[in-house]
Amino acid sequence: MATYAFRLNGRSVSVDSWDPGQPLLYLLRGALGLHGPKFGCGLEQCGACTVLVDKQATRSCTMPVSRAAGRDITTLEGLGTIEKPHSVQAAFIAEQAAQCGYCTNGMIMTAAALLSRTPKPTLEQVKQGLAGNLCRCGTHTRILRAVMRASQPPPRVALRRATPKQSEGGV
Amino acid sequence: MQTLSSMSSISRRDLLKTGGALVVSFAFGAVLPRRSAAQSPTADGDLAKMLDPSEVDSFLAIHADGSVTLYTGKVDIGTGLRIAVAQMAAEELGVPAERISVVDGDTGLCPDQGGTGGSTGLTRGGVEVRQAAATARKALLTLGAAQLNRPAADLTIADGQVRPLAGGSGIGIAALLGERRFSVKVDPRAPLTAPARYTVVGKPLLRPEVPDKCTGRHVYVQDFSLPGMLHARVIRPPTVGAKLVSVDESSIRSIPGIPDVRVVRIDSFLAVVSKDEWAAVRAATALKSTWSDWQGLPGNDGLVRYLRDGAIDRDEAVVSRGDPAAAMPGAAKKLSATYFWPSQSHASLGPSCAVADVRADGATIWSASQGTHGLRNNLARVFGLPVAKVRVVFLEGSGSYGTNGSDYVAADAVLLSKTIGQPVRVQWTRQDEHRWDPKGPQQLLDLQAGLDSTGRIVAWDTQMWLPATRPGGRAYLAAEAAGIAQERGQNAGALAQNGDPPYAAENVRVLVHWLKETPLVPSNLRAPGKIANVFAVESFTDELAAAAGVDPVAFRLSRLTDPRAIDALTRATTTFGWRARTSPNPQARQGNLLTGRGVAYMRYKQAENYIAMVMDVAVDPASGRIAVRRVVCAHDCGLVVNPDALRNQIEGCIVQTLSRTLHEEVKFDRSRVTSADWASYPILTFPEAPAIDVILIDRPDQPLLGAGEAATAPVAAALANAVFDATGARLRTVPFTPERVKAALRSNG
Repeated sequence: MATYAFRLNGRSVSVDSWDPGQPLLYLLRGALGLHGPKFGCGLEQCGACTVLVDKQATRSCTMPVSRAAGRDITTLEGLGTIEKPHSVQAAFIAEQAAQCGYCTNGMIMTAAALLSRTPKPTLEQVKQGLAGNLCRCGTHTRILRAVMRASQPPPRVALRRATPKQSEGGV
Repeated sequence: MQTLSSMSSISRRDLLKTGGALVVSFAFGAVLPRRSAAQSPTADGDLAKMLDPSEVDSFLAIHADGSVTLYTGKVDIGTGLRIAVAQMAAEELGVPAERISVVDGDTGLCPDQGGTGGSTGLTRGGVEVRQAAATARKALLTLGAAQLNRPAADLTIADGQVRPLAGGSGIGIAALLGERRFSVKVDPRAPLTAPARYTVVGKPLLRPEVPDKCTGRHVYVQDFSLPGMLHARVIRPPTVGAKLVSVDESSIRSIPGIPDVRVVRIDSFLAVVSKDEWAAVRAATALKSTWSDWQGLPGNDGLVRYLRDGAIDRDEAVVSRGDPAAAMPGAAKKLSATYFWPSQSHASLGPSCAVADVRADGATIWSASQGTHGLRNNLARVFGLPVAKVRVVFLEGSGSYGTNGSDYVAADAVLLSKTIGQPVRVQWTRQDEHRWDPKGPQQLLDLQAGLDSTGRIVAWDTQMWLPATRPGGRAYLAAEAAGIAQERGQNAGALAQNGDPPYAAENVRVLVHWLKETPLVPSNLRAPGKIANVFAVESFTDELAAAAGVDPVAFRLSRLTDPRAIDALTRATTTFGWRARTSPNPQARQGNLLTGRGVAYMRYKQAENYIAMVMDVAVDPASGRIAVRRVVCAHDCGLVVNPDALRNQIEGCIVQTLSRTLHEEVKFDRSRVTSADWASYPILTFPEAPAIDVILIDRPDQPLLGAGEAATAPVAAALANAVFDATGARLRTVPFTPERVKAALRSNG
């Protein structure tokens, strides 16, 4: 049983694993009790398990814990809270950009990484940036709106949309 | 005290989920049996919660602090049902929606309102809760009249207080009730708040769980755990019908450092169980097993022939007006066409998961099933548990869109927990979900119609080949493998609806050939049957319009009389900017692309929502790729309860069905499903997401209709019609893959 130490949501943690190849996802959801990242495929195909590793959006379902050692890892819980949401989380809430919400972790984490690299993306850049994240409920247009909203200057971000427009032309 | 002690280790939200009974019991401590949940957590009766749907107390409880809990047997699967039900009850109770919480789908706490399917969440679930709330309002006004010494007619309820209409001080509803139950039957004639006075219904209130979903706090069934719980993986057979021949348990001992793993074998049911989830995963992969050969599937190739030649259980004319066979020969123009919709998977983004705790004195199952009451009954019957001692607690899972793997995985968990005597969590793999979820069935449709010289539809004949319905529960994979006797029911929902045109037509028949055998276990997948049926009917309508040389919208409008139908179609086409002309588009070419527009209209189940949809597409003839650039949808589902949650559902219906139409087909060979992951079963991705324009037609004076699936139905037809407009090629087989598009363009010359 080896011990692996890394930064997790701003704190130093260490975790034991009997298998250096154990994907980080299982330790996050298991011993570390963080359920933001989700198991979707275990194949790096859907993005539900996405976390930030040294600020890069990374699929935790295949990342061996041995490669997490010494890295700086952020999960959805560490990105922000209901009380102090990250701008992307706040935008997703404001746009109600979730149905079942199982993919939401991956969408928010990938979008947060995208916006940290490209603070003012075009809609096309956001579409390409999320191309590897799957949503089965078909919440795509809202997710795109939320990411675009998060890229706007703060004064334009209102948490509640009082009355949705009668007709919304796409995103 | 298993449940109480286990609750201490789980979150606030779980407490609400598993311990709603406790909240109620404490609130009503004076009159409810003290033993409540503390003794046996599993038996419905012991929870001391009314479940009889004729009783107000079954649907709602008013707590000492004036807050309200609603109980509904319908479940919120990311659809907004909880907030919508709360809004409907708030309107009757005079309690702010934010003071109302909703417990859904817990068979120990919620009355059985039928499964959450067929868009009945609000039409039955919400409406029944609303009637209970209206009855409660009447009772509270009566109590208030006695306390305030005024006639009930002079009182109202607002902000959780019974008050004189004329003003003055009131009394809180909790104080009025004195921590007692209502003990009153739901009065079907209790007056409802008039829609004109609505202040909560019709508002886009935010769904309260969305912030939790966006911050990692929402507890999905995949996140739920119990003390002492073991993790299991089931090793499903490599082919659909294979039997387990042998297992080499030593094969997992070679994994270095692996914690204890137990192999469970019951006949052909094979699983590995461990305290350590990753150990279960590794062991499931490493465990060597041999299985019998099996080749009982027809394979995808030749499937149309297979269905057409299949043994028929019975023929049923679901629509029969006049005599199309007699009228057809006299028609001036005759058309016929065949449409095919493939088997599709629910393809839930998160594989199904369940936790079961089966004990000598009862069983509790945590499940994302859309039909927890039905699941409870079936599990009890199949696994020999007294139904009164089985409780299924609903926890959201990944979106299910019908019966995905949730019921199957619950059976896996029950069988394992019962066998081992400990709580067990079973998590399916991606491959499990894609291979083994019961599938939306293949649909084959032959259509014929005749137009007279003036363009009237004088004959219409639809024939469809569908899997027969058989009574009884769907056989669980686990019970089947373990050799446990069970029913082999088959039901994939109301597959045969919307097979007739919603337009003026004489001599119409819809004949269903119910097939004895179809490949893959069928189940209800969002808008069962209707998507393919409307695809065929509305594509064919477009073919008729083209044959008649008439603009597709004009062709439809001239055959509609219902003002709501005309309104929906007019609003959609006006917003789109539709200009009347015939298809194909004479000016389709834009650079290398061919562009066009398509329309489809339908009334869901010929009795519910009116929906019109228009699409703008661009087809790249070189690659065969279709880009959907814009979708306009006019949607009339009567009274709108929460317009934002409704829009979310409509948008989801459109995008998901575009995915099903453009990409999705379950492939299988002679032995097994070969579409086993997102590479072999691709779905729509962000670069393909269209702009969507939803027009809500709110009709507060009309009954509300469900909206979880209706907007799926016109999508494929609108898309096919747009591709025809752009290219002159007619796509009649789903999915519209680039290869199929190119082939259609070639054959079109």
